[in-house]
Amino acid sequence: MRIHLTSVLVDDQQKALEFYTEILGFQKKYDEPLGEARWLTVVSPQDPQGTQLLLEPDGHPAVGPFKRALVADSIAFASFAVDDVHAEYERLRALGVQFTQPPADMGEVTTAVFDDTCGNLIQIATEPAADVTAADSASGSGAA
Amino acid sequence: MDDVFKALADPTRRTILDELRERDDQTLFELCGRLATKHQLSISRQAISQHLEVLESAGLVRSRREGRYKFHTIDTAPLEPIARRWLASDAGISSRTAPPRQTGQTGETA
Repeated sequence: MRIHLTSVLVDDQQKALEFYTEILGFQKKYDEPLGEARWLTVVSPQDPQGTQLLLEPDGHPAVGPFKRALVADSIAFASFAVDDVHAEYERLRALGVQFTQPPADMGEVTTAVFDDTCGNLIQIATEPAADVTAADSASGSGAA
Repeated sequence: MDDVFKALADPTRRTILDELRERDDQTLFELCGRLATKHQLSISRQAISQHLEVLESAGLVRSRREGRYKFHTIDTAPLEPIARRWLASDAGISSRTAPPRQTGQTGETA
């Protein structure tokens, strides 16, 4: 069993598509009419066959209170992996993205949190193992 | 001053202040992450929120709202009367721990 799909609940699918592709840099994978809404997914260009993120409409009556409660406690409900949180923080901030948490050392990981403009807080995280691997491969290729 | 000492009497609240020293304007989410990952504290979000309220009512933490978000910042001003009362130089601590030498009598050239 694998995880092939996860979702974020967005207040406007078109606005979400623009933010998640033009700002965050994901690629659109599926965009099909589905009832009143669209089956709209994006993937990472680094892993186009990987897990899809469904930009799911947040119209269900339970979702509003849920999202507001998360935001009230500044909770990021989704988390994406990045190679370098600090670099991504600078890149996104230059594009006007609002952060509620600049990069912070959380022991094993470094995280930051931003507002996706669609009613959600999103965490980005870099694990030190990724840095070590990158450094190893960089030094390895340099030696070879 | 009582509420300041009560606020400081709890080790979790002291740890919260330690983390707030590292950066101003932290959300509850960031503080929860710091306490869980850096201090291995198994403590609920609600409990941390209540600790923040105690610190805020003692004046040791200030919060501000920006849009839908709330940010917390340490305020050490309530600690200054404590320092003045017992740690100020005119309280004589330094003179008691290191008595002044009577330089006029022992420091003359031979």
